[in-house]
Amino acid sequence: MALQQITLHVNGEDHNLTVRSADTLLFVLREKLGLTGSKPGCLNGDCGACTVNVDGWPMKSCLMLAIEAVGKQVTTIEGLHNTPIQQAFVEEFAFQCGYCTPGFIMNCHSLIEQHPDADGQTIKEWLESNICRCTSYIEIEKAVKSVLRKD
Amino acid sequence: MLPFDFDYYRPETLQEAVELYQKQAGQGKQVIFFSGGTELITLGRIDLAYVDAVIDIKGIAECKIIKSEGSQLLLGSALSLTQIEEANPFPLLTKVASEVADHTARGKITLGGNICAQIFYREAVLPFLLADSQLMIVGPEGIKTVQIHEIFQGQLQLKRGEMLVQTATDRRFIEAPFYAVKRRQQWDTGYPLITLAALKIGQEIRVAISGLCPFPFRSAELEAHLNRWGQAAESRIAGALSVLPKPILDDVEGSAEYRIFVLRNLLYDALSVLEGSRV
Ligand SMILES: Cc1cc2nc3c(=O)[nH]c(=O)nc-3n(C[C@H](O)[C@H](O)[C@H](O)COP(=O)(O)OP(=O)(O)OC[C@H]3O[C@@H](n4cnc5c(N)ncnc54)[C@H](O)[C@@H]3O)c2cc1C
Ligand code: FES
Ligand code: FES
Repeated sequence: MALQQITLHVNGEDHNLTVRSADTLLFVLREKLGLTGSKPGCLNGDCGACTVNVDGWPMKSCLMLAIEAVGKQVTTIEGLHNTPIQQAFVEEFAFQCGYCTPGFIMNCHSLIEQHPDADGQTIKEWLESNICRCTSYIEIEKAVKSVLRKD
Repeated sequence: MLPFDFDYYRPETLQEAVELYQKQAGQGKQVIFFSGGTELITLGRIDLAYVDAVIDIKGIAECKIIKSEGSQLLLGSALSLTQIEEANPFPLLTKVASEVADHTARGKITLGGNICAQIFYREAVLPFLLADSQLMIVGPEGIKTVQIHEIFQGQLQLKRGEMLVQTATDRRFIEAPFYAVKRRQQWDTGYPLITLAALKIGQEIRVAISGLCPFPFRSAELEAHLNRWGQAAESRIAGALSVLPKPILDDVEGSAEYRIFVLRNLLYDALSVLEGSRV
């Protein structure tokens, strides 16, 4: 039981895997599925670099066991293709080193999905879950606002 | 990734959960109920927690309920704080919960997990202390419903193998005027210092506090001072501050003196907001 055979539904595909119950979703995405877009940062739920989307909501994949994701739809940054929020990040230069970017984009993507008409307060509340070491916050805010406006 | 292995179970009924716990514990295993699981995942990684088996309660329908029944609101212990905020059935709880951790983490942290956590903030319990809520507990002896004040003294006094299933809160407290604020040491997102939640029921003001002492509390003595209506706010607050439980936290997040200074201001704010709504 410490090892389990599971099926994970990631980016629209089913993956049959053997995982330890103790493996986090972040570890399995990166080390077993080779999806290295989700970044390890603090591994403690604080930084948001590992954020993915689970059943439409943002999730810090370092705070979730892979086994808890069974039966859920997991989307990582590799599962987004030319979405408006990705384009907005490019247009607004909303990154410098880029390490925090996949996490931010996954969080913004979830916000747009859940609250397409989010107001400033909601945007702030959601985005406070992610930290950018290079302080691209203003550009990130602009990027998300531009997409919400288009909606 | 945690540095030790454990068995993972996801029961679908309360009975199954209780039996699994007893069976594992009976074999001498270290077993825990796992709700959001953030405590084990974060503390286990740095060797501050260890288990042989976890029983994930998120598959149990009773633990996921949001329902009005008669005059009561039932909330399941495995609801995430985000689910509670989005549904917003208890505005004071929404406000208090929205100050825990950050938005994404609240999609994982659960109501019961926060109430039962080791960390001393456990803010999510404050609204239930103010509302004299009932707690449904299940354990080897079956299901029981207990008044929160009988079982929450600093922390939930659960016996081995018992778990919190639901809270039940009377509608008149849910509709009562309230005030809640969390003061942080730095910025909007820094570490929490003090959370104060207050509610006015009839002419009575109730107050519950987290982050002042190493446990969340509500104190009848403190409230008696605050409710001395004939007196000026200053002397009522001074009286309240003279009967605080001990010890007062005194650490890098804030000295005891500073915490009391912050509390004094929060009490002023609570009184002015709630007395403003006096009818
Ligand atoms: C980024 C981050 C920020 C945080 N900020 C805060 C904060 O601001 N305030 C705060 O209080 N905490 C904070 N924490 C700590 C976190 O809140 C606690 O770890 C969390 O509340 C636990 O919730 P959970 O659902 O993950 O509980 P779990 O980890 O599942 O459980 C916590 C404990 O309670 C027990 N338990 C869980 N559910 C039940 C139940 N139904 N019946 C009986 N026992 C049960 C478990 O066995 C375990 O011992 C933070 C954590 C992180 C990762
Ligand atoms: S790595 Fe997950 S929040 Fe920092
Ligand atoms: S762009 Fe470097 S951490 Fe955000």
